[in-house]
Amino acid sequence: MRTVNTYIGSPVERVEDYRFLRGEGQYVGDLVREGQWHAAFVRSPVGHGVIRNIDCSAALAWPGVKAVLTAADIEGEIPKIPFRRPNPTIGPYAQPIIASGKVRYFGEPVAVILAESAEIAEDALAAIVLDIEQLPAAIDRQTCMSDKVVLFDHPGSNIATVFHANKGEVDAAFAAADVTVRGQFSTQRQTALPMETRGLLAEWDPKSNHLTVYGAAKLPFFNRKTMADLMGLPETAVDYIEVDVGGGFGARGEFYPEDFLVAFAARKFHKPIRWIEDRREHLTAIGHSREAECDVELAFSKDGTLLGMRGDLFVNVGAYVRPNGMTPVRNAAQFMSGPYRIPAIHLQAHAYVSNKTPAGTYRGPGRYEGSFFIERLMDLGAARLGMDRLALRRRNLVTDAEMPYPLAPVLPSDGRAETNCDSGDYRVCFDKCLEEFGWAQKAEFDGKLIDGRYHGLGIACFIEGGASGPSETARMEIEADGSVAVYAGSSAIGQGLETVLSQIAADALEISIDRIKLYHGSTTYLKEGWGSYGSRATVMGGSAVIDAATKLLEAFKVAAASRLKLDPSELTIVDGVARAKDGRSVPFDEVASMEIKADGRFDNWKPTYSYGTSAVHLAVDPGTGHVDVIDYTIVDDVGRIINPLTLHGQVTGAVVQGFGSAFSEELVYDADGTLLVGSLADYLIPVATDYPHVHCVSMESFPSPINPLGAKGAGEGGIISVGGAVANAVASALRDFGVQPSRMPLNPQRVWELIQDGKKALAST
Amino acid sequence: MSVQFVVNGRKVEVDPPARMTLADCLRQQVKLTGTHVGCEHGVCGACTVIVDGEAMRSCLMLAAQADGATIMTIEGLSSDAELTPLQLAFKKNHGLQCGFCTPGVLMTLHALLTQEPYASEERIRDVLSGNLCRCTGYIPIIESALEARAAYQDQARSAQA
Ligand code: FES
Ligand code: FES
Repeated sequence: MRTVNTYIGSPVERVEDYRFLRGEGQYVGDLVREGQWHAAFVRSPVGHGVIRNIDCSAALAWPGVKAVLTAADIEGEIPKIPFRRPNPTIGPYAQPIIASGKVRYFGEPVAVILAESAEIAEDALAAIVLDIEQLPAAIDRQTCMSDKVVLFDHPGSNIATVFHANKGEVDAAFAAADVTVRGQFSTQRQTALPMETRGLLAEWDPKSNHLTVYGAAKLPFFNRKTMADLMGLPETAVDYIEVDVGGGFGARGEFYPEDFLVAFAARKFHKPIRWIEDRREHLTAIGHSREAECDVELAFSKDGTLLGMRGDLFVNVGAYVRPNGMTPVRNAAQFMSGPYRIPAIHLQAHAYVSNKTPAGTYRGPGRYEGSFFIERLMDLGAARLGMDRLALRRRNLVTDAEMPYPLAPVLPSDGRAETNCDSGDYRVCFDKCLEEFGWAQKAEFDGKLIDGRYHGLGIACFIEGGASGPSETARMEIEADGSVAVYAGSSAIGQGLETVLSQIAADALEISIDRIKLYHGSTTYLKEGWGSYGSRATVMGGSAVIDAATKLLEAFKVAAASRLKLDPSELTIVDGVARAKDGRSVPFDEVASMEIKADGRFDNWKPTYSYGTSAVHLAVDPGTGHVDVIDYTIVDDVGRIINPLTLHGQVTGAVVQGFGSAFSEELVYDADGTLLVGSLADYLIPVATDYPHVHCVSMESFPSPINPLGAKGAGEGGIISVGGAVANAVASALRDFGVQPSRMPLNPQRVWELIQDGKKALAST
Repeated sequence: MSVQFVVNGRKVEVDPPARMTLADCLRQQVKLTGTHVGCEHGVCGACTVIVDGEAMRSCLMLAAQADGATIMTIEGLSSDAELTPLQLAFKKNHGLQCGFCTPGVLMTLHALLTQEPYASEERIRDVLSGNLCRCTGYIPIIESALEARAAYQDQARSAQA
């Protein structure tokens, strides 16, 4: 780990901001090509049905419509989208790139209209006559898991996979327990909702047989490979180009059916094809997440020591298993233990398909759900034990002496062998959080009715896995003007990647940050690369940048030495200048013509684990069920802070997103499988007036030992513990009514109902 | 249909189809792509521009309705290479991440602080509640607005003097 840094650790203002603040960002919707056609998707209007006929004749006759594509236009078998993390049972559940024979969710693509303008393409949607025989839909867990309505005749079951997280002797642990506590909890279906909807622009060059796809995000290299495989092209015949991206949060940038269909049309018709998703279709088409339930039990000894955890998790993954559709399920199983020392674990996480939009990841996938479940159980356990809930948590938090601490391994494995927490003392953030929050002072409000509102405090702790493997790459080249071009395999999704990687590059090269030119995210820059997912871009991308910088300085030294006819060991490099003892020197720009470049790489399968604690003080209006967040404090330890400004922004933004999860956002379906949420007026994300009081503190007490920066992934942690902290505080506020929230979100209606139910129960005793 | 308006101090004449929104007209015909479209339902505020001094959702307005209007878009906020105090405050306080909501947010705040340079924090939050941002959690946006407010107050004072 370098110790002298100019940029790492300082609140460097972002290099991206200048263009964004002047309206000069370039997003995929801003791109225009001569002669382009526009695509609009005909989507299933029902949740489950058999396609009898698709009559496109009226649409084809529509002035300005160029073509309509359906499954019939795809030669041979309809390709299915491959998995990023395969396992032995999910094969039959992969999503076809267009519906054929059957539709399995509301919004599934059944045809594509291509027209000379987006307006015409959208108008013509109404002219397509779909004859679909509707089938009963499988929407809720009971129907889905009973296999009453089966989505796939082969293998004839709605259970796609059951993951097992296993560690220690769980039955023995429960047999030895003094106290056990069991609960059923659920989190609701949500989506990441980036403010920019998805979009693609595909161009086919018939002369060179080359496909270029603009609008890449998250995983340009994986998607290129997928596209090439599905199209029967060599990988070198496909490029993914990243332009500015209006938010990702885990959902944008996965390989979706539209990716294939837009590119297929470009190749078929030799036209640039442009598609910009509209908001309503976004809600039906982009990955959903978080629809999970559990029935889980904890075992304690009477002093509060956690002995074991067992039970079942159930995750509704929607109609198909998407490329990373299993990630939240396996994560929920592995991360439900959170930051707590639990020697014996057996959890079964059931992934079942349903007639809803296929699921994928959303910030903190599986971890948010698991954290909510266990944090509720910890509070219930404390009550059962007659122990203070703070003392119970502190006793069970993993300490520095136990590092590396093993999490429960999960089977079937998806190749992630390592399950060890890397470093930290989880009590450090806990103690700091209580102090920053002022728990001792605020405790007097807990459970009190003040000015007509019930006040409550809640606490929850978390770990956040980051630095997803396997590798990342970077290349550096000295340019003619003495600046250094840095090409990074990581991609930017609005998180400030350009700035953070520039800081790391400038420090590693020991030059001014103004001399770094950062290029990222496009497959044209590097042969190989990975991207931005699982909180990896800073750690993995940054470590690759350091490797490239070390090699570049070596190469520069050799070049400068040959010019001065000296041995490289006789030179020192300061600020981009190689200096000899005799006073002669060679700056970067003098060797630029010698094409000095270096390739860097960082290989690592071991995740980093940031960790933290959050505490909340809220007030519940018993008349309306509205909850007001009076104070929310989160303290995390990220190993090494690269840029406090952007880190703080990530944590704050994640916490507020978490409030959306805890209080308002929900994708509701009716019994037939129709999505009832059609606009941002009914999918309620937080607005500026909702949550003004968030206090974030980041520490760097325990650098990660597994990368040269000492950094840990940190973009997701803020969201993980929100649900648990909030639900615990609502329970604490409404203790007079015996309220114990078990289902999310805690919107006014639900909170009000909980109070009414509590009152009724009290009256009847 | 011929429509004329002044945008960012420049007179333009366009020929939008009758049903074209002002947002699409600005983006496609005037080639000012800084105005973003996040929903086309009038909910997200990304498309906010200033029409005759008022912040307006350009996805809810037809281009034809802008005939004769004076419009400011994000591209017109700072006329030269320098950033305005509002833009600088956003940079300093990390008031933006992905930048997609940012043009709309800046237009809303510029209109508000020009009209009400002494707007309270509460008032600013209230007005800003019509602009959705998924990245920042709004807190740094409010900090940026509060910091920039002083510059609008200075301007108002010097205009009076
Ligand atoms: S695009 Fe106009 S309000 Fe969303
Ligand atoms: S900065 Fe991304 S939506 Fe506001």
